[in-house]
Amino acid sequence: MKRKEPSGRPHQSFYTKHEAVILGSLSVVLMIGVWQACWSAGLISPLFFSSPSAIIKQFRYTLMEGTLLADMKYSGTNFAIGFGLAAITGVVAGVLIGWYRRLRLFFDPFLSALYATPRVAMVPLIIIWFGIGIWSKVFIVFLSAFFPILINTVGGVRALDRDLLRAAKAYCASDWQIFTTLAIPGSVPFILTGIRQGVALGLIGVVVGEMVGSSQGVGFMVAYGGQTFNTDTLFVGMIVIAFSGILLTWIAERLERRFSRWRPER
Amino acid sequence: MVKLSIEHLSKRYWFEREDREVLAVSDVSLAVADGEFLAIVGPSGCGKTTLLNIVAGLLPYEEGTVSIDDKQVRGPGVDRAVVFQQSSLLPWRTIAGNVRYGMELQRRFDEATMRERTEHFVKLVGLNGFERHYPNELSGGMQQRVNLARALAADPKVLLMDEPFAALDAQTREFMQAELLKIWSQARKTVLFITHQINEAVYLADRVAVMSARPGRLKEVFKIPFGRPRTLALKRDPRFLEIEDAIWQLIEEESQRLNMVLAEK
Ligand SMILES: Nc1ncnc2c1ncn2[C@@H]1O[C@H](COP(=O)(O)OP(=O)(O)OP(=O)(O)O)[C@@H](O)[C@H]1O
Ligand SMILES: [Mg+2]
Repeated sequence: MKRKEPSGRPHQSFYTKHEAVILGSLSVVLMIGVWQACWSAGLISPLFFSSPSAIIKQFRYTLMEGTLLADMKYSGTNFAIGFGLAAITGVVAGVLIGWYRRLRLFFDPFLSALYATPRVAMVPLIIIWFGIGIWSKVFIVFLSAFFPILINTVGGVRALDRDLLRAAKAYCASDWQIFTTLAIPGSVPFILTGIRQGVALGLIGVVVGEMVGSSQGVGFMVAYGGQTFNTDTLFVGMIVIAFSGILLTWIAERLERRFSRWRPER
Repeated sequence: MVKLSIEHLSKRYWFEREDREVLAVSDVSLAVADGEFLAIVGPSGCGKTTLLNIVAGLLPYEEGTVSIDDKQVRGPGVDRAVVFQQSSLLPWRTIAGNVRYGMELQRRFDEATMRERTEHFVKLVGLNGFERHYPNELSGGMQQRVNLARALAADPKVLLMDEPFAALDAQTREFMQAELLKIWSQARKTVLFITHQINEAVYLADRVAVMSARPGRLKEVFKIPFGRPRTLALKRDPRFLEIEDAIWQLIEEESQRLNMVLAEK
């Protein structure tokens, strides 16, 4: 007897269900294979490039030695404190600025100017202010992540649906009720978009900050590897950064999608 | 007993771009009795929405008076509830959450009563089983039923409806009309119902008020002689068609007059 499929969910073969993962992994494996083959054939100069085997060796070495974990912990702390502060202050300030028109007009020139300036341009100044310890990096991450979160939150609070507003008013809603039942829930997807952008920019912030003014961290590791022509170390650093980026962005995207479920245009 | 009374109401908009006034509603007087179902029809742009928004307290007015139970309307109130053309449901709230939204804002009922009423009105509009769904998971007709349930749950004395079925296809629309009559026969609210479909107005209402093209004036009020309950078969009754035709001709005259005025300009 044929098993009854739940209606509405068409039957898919294993391949069609996991097509993205299968094809994606295939390309990565192929790429690494070709790379390693070229290296073994002596086609790549070790001065400019590295190989998968050498990277794995270096990875294990730095891991055993403890420097890799120490660097990751250092960078992770910088990022977590800076991003956490940015998320909290960005959302709170964004909600206030979005809701109070006067506040928005007051801060507007200041915000536009800072938003338009690439934050990396401020890195040297920040290092002069805070030194090469943890707080300069924290502040760079904070500045990088703060603006996308703030700007998106402001936009979300302001994007009050006019029809919903009219309906709420017809039911005698007070300003406070409009704020809590319409403005805040309506801005959640916008805030999460800001968080996602903030994660990406905060990561750039921590790496650049450590490259320019630090003696620790994954950013420093990459910069140091470059200065000493140690391409293996450089690659290990780059891969760690890449994976943190992928992981954090993935989490942020999941969050965003989870809370935007009701959004019809997604 | 008169529930809703509109006396010599006029409304002007200031038309910013052309720097002039637009007279949208001109000297309208109308009295709706307690428990009466009154429909307003008229050509597009004749000021129907304007009139309804004024009664809802969403638009200020300067000339004339609007009163409910002899109390002048000066803003939104718990004695009225509106069903808009766009269902205007909160997309992040479930159906149950949307139905209780109006009650929540008005804070007239305690938590237990709100829960009870939510359940009751969800059932009344035939959406039991969908309480935990989100609006974008429902069809247009179902969304409008949620909209109606939200309005009824707030327990208004006067129900204001602005072309609530305009966005629906013909079949769903007929079905919703029949549903509305069924629900109304139980709830017996005073209803002000706006539409530009004449047969909808005649089918639903005790009286049909016809408005003229801009500036919106009250042209004539037709008394609809059919008893209740009414079935959809009524729409094929010769007397029904006769009334429909009379209203249609009145509006047709109006739009021709409007065209002539426009041509002269
Ligand atoms: N905010 C506004 N500013 C200026 N003029 C307006 C405004 N709102 C409406 N009007 C004008 O007032 C007139 C009446 O508008 P209203 O929306 O009440 O018409 P309506 O009868 O509801 O039309 P429809 O059947 O198309 O919904 C229109 O001619 C319109 O141009
Ligand atoms: Mg209208």
